[in-house]
Amino acid sequence: MNYIVRTEKLSKIYPNGTFANKSVDFAVMEGEIHGLVGENGAGKTTLMKMLYGEEQPSQGSILIDEKPVSLASEFDAIKAGIGMVHQHFMLVPSLTAAENLVLGKEPKRKRTRTFDLAAAVSITEELSKHYNLPVFAKARVADLSVSMRQKLEILKALYRGARILILDEPTAVLTPQETEELFVELKTLKQQGKTIIFISHKLKEIFNLCDRVTVMRDGRMIATHNVADVDVHQISNEMVGREVRFEIARPPMAPGEPALRVRELSYVDDFAIPKLKHVSFTLRRNEILGVVGVDGNGQTELVEIITGNEKALSGKVFAYSTEVTNRSAGFVRRCGIAHIAEDRMTVGTALPASIEQNLLADRYRNRQFSTRAGFLRSREMAAYAGRLVHEYDIRCNSANQPVASLSGGNMQKVVVAREFTANASILVISEPTRGVDIGAIEYIHTKIMEMRSAGKAILLVSSDLQEVMALSDSLIVMHEGEIVAYFPDAAAVTDKELGLYMLGIKRQSDEELRKVLHE
Amino acid sequence: MNSIKRFFTDRESLAPALVTLFAGLFSLLAGIVLIFIVSKNPVQSVRNFLLAPFLRSYNFYYLLIVMVPITFTGLALCIVYQLRYMSLIVDASFYTGAVVATALGTLISLPSGVHPAVAMIAAGIVGGLIGLLPAILKIRWRANELVSSLMLNYVFYFLGSFVILYYLRDRSQTILSSLPFKKTFLLPRLVANTQLHVGFLIAAGFVVLVSIFLYRTRWGYEIRLTGANPRFAMYAGIPVTSVILYAHFISGFLGGVGGAVEMSGLYRAFIWQMNPSYAWDGVIVAMLARRNPKFVPLSALFFAYLRVGADFMSRRGDVAFEFITLLQGLIILILASDRIVNYFRERQLRKQLLKNSRRESR
Repeated sequence: MNYIVRTEKLSKIYPNGTFANKSVDFAVMEGEIHGLVGENGAGKTTLMKMLYGEEQPSQGSILIDEKPVSLASEFDAIKAGIGMVHQHFMLVPSLTAAENLVLGKEPKRKRTRTFDLAAAVSITEELSKHYNLPVFAKARVADLSVSMRQKLEILKALYRGARILILDEPTAVLTPQETEELFVELKTLKQQGKTIIFISHKLKEIFNLCDRVTVMRDGRMIATHNVADVDVHQISNEMVGREVRFEIARPPMAPGEPALRVRELSYVDDFAIPKLKHVSFTLRRNEILGVVGVDGNGQTELVEIITGNEKALSGKVFAYSTEVTNRSAGFVRRCGIAHIAEDRMTVGTALPASIEQNLLADRYRNRQFSTRAGFLRSREMAAYAGRLVHEYDIRCNSANQPVASLSGGNMQKVVVAREFTANASILVISEPTRGVDIGAIEYIHTKIMEMRSAGKAILLVSSDLQEVMALSDSLIVMHEGEIVAYFPDAAAVTDKELGLYMLGIKRQSDEELRKVLHE
Repeated sequence: MNSIKRFFTDRESLAPALVTLFAGLFSLLAGIVLIFIVSKNPVQSVRNFLLAPFLRSYNFYYLLIVMVPITFTGLALCIVYQLRYMSLIVDASFYTGAVVATALGTLISLPSGVHPAVAMIAAGIVGGLIGLLPAILKIRWRANELVSSLMLNYVFYFLGSFVILYYLRDRSQTILSSLPFKKTFLLPRLVANTQLHVGFLIAAGFVVLVSIFLYRTRWGYEIRLTGANPRFAMYAGIPVTSVILYAHFISGFLGGVGGAVEMSGLYRAFIWQMNPSYAWDGVIVAMLARRNPKFVPLSALFFAYLRVGADFMSRRGDVAFEFITLLQGLIILILASDRIVNYFRERQLRKQLLKNSRRESR
């Protein structure tokens, strides 16, 4: 058989001790679209980073065209014909598409040896036409849509002579419509002889696009199949290692009184770009209100302002009857708003601090844990932390070990344990399961539903559309800092329909949008 | 035995403790090698260097006296380093504290016992306020605290010299000296006929106080969490700005008290011709103590030992006292290279994980 890329017993251990790849044998045939699936944290991205020279293997070898290679950097990988499109694009926003495309390998004018912009533009347009990937060559990247930036990234790799394209979760930032478009383009590339490695954790996409699929779990390669020979169930069982429950138990529940009221909230970022425009909604008790939108349409800013981590330009936020607009995060917490931050590594935890310190960071002042004079009750603190570790099934040797030594899932459980026991009446939850293993995902979802039953009001933001749709009672859709749709019943909408709103193609009338105020 | 091990390694793994030990031993060894290279009588010099405190009882007490000021600056820097701040303003706090104590020690009359205590508190408050300045500059204008503190150190050094020269100088003396301290201002001696003074016990008391403060009170908790991740601390509801401010005040307070203790314990008048810069020694002491106050006496002892040994050796032989700065440089180099610790930790981890995985796959 003709393998274009192959790894032999490839292992990777990160300096912090994460064992990301364990003796992986991965093989891709020339001219195929090869799916690589696995839960978040299964080791897909690490494997690809080693193929692209960004990370060095701890053991094992990589073979290209059956010849062993050492890829010390991205340059080596590019020379070997490998191109990669990252989840987060590597583009210079202030330069034009053409300039980005040729960056590092610029066309020069013959006589003066200076940069030839006209040639760059014509190269871009030619490539774009040849591979049927439309981009505006003269537009600045900052002005391009996300999907066009992605196409530009693909072209960039092709311009550098890539025969093998690695796409790391390319659909995570796309709407359903844009995803379909991308698939057509990728199939065209395949016909032109390119080999594509397509990383995803969405099985539907694999079955729509790929020829073969490799499943990874917990850093190991589980199996490789012809897509035609297997079904979704087999793959998902291999991914998870056991039967998967696709259903989330959801007792019917009528929403109660208004808990969190957001009115006319606006925000402008440091670069004077408006990120929120007159956002208004009401969240009620016993309700999970999902916030849907393509990443970067104001969801982050909305959460930051509600929780006191950012200051609004105008507008008001009320927790029950108390106004919390632009107060400190501490004040907001004392008003009964708990907050699972979207980034647990930089905001949600203090990595060098112990699990105990992280669990108690918002309540160490309680009389339970410190005396009136300010001395800590160490024994109570340790006992309490031990109880939470047990109750929330945080896998660790002791509550004194630094949070940095935990896996992503257990780290998130530390955050969840703290926020769900904070005695808050309102929970603002961002990306509860990003980069978390499937066991922890199920656990966190169950906990969220428990909180709903306990009478909490929950605002849920997640870039995983399936997750928001499955958990939420009602949905709002955000596009460019505005709420463009409100669905009182989340079960009554399809992802296709949401996609139209997420893209900004459709927008509800003001009258329909006013219903979200519940006044 | 177990409790001893826990004393040295709790909250952190063994590796940093080993590196610290390594830094100490390596610098000693390097010192010995150096002596053999430069000295005409190396055996005698090495003996003087290593055994100084035991050869003369004067040296032994001198060792304990040297520990006092660097314990204060070391403690002050432990607090700042717990916050992951790099301010060196404690130098100004210490110097100005000494000047304030001089003013109070020469100009006012109080009963003995009360007199030095009042001077220490006043010096501490002034030192604390000075300690705040780089923190405020950083919070308000994001000015780098290392740069601003180094520059402010000059400002306060010259301000202090100005006050001594123009308001407190003893004009009857030919050398630069302040007016003599009042008798009531002087701290009693601990051991008769030596210079060892009660300030040694005060420093020991502060070691205990700062240890309790950092690890047993909620303010210390706030400082440690803010240092671990300020963004997280803010998100969790800790008033980060005030934490940074009071931590710097307390740090400066310790520096100021240290300056006052030095004055009332060791001198009869302010006679510093230049800034003794104990803050720099404090940097090494705090680093050797791994910013944990309970280790400060140990690292101060080691540092004082090097200093006394070098001093004794240079007076008895042909090796210059300045050779100690080479050793200090070595210690800092080793301690500052976190990568050494990381290298050992990583290697160990990798080995263990690969072994486990082999066992699993079998």
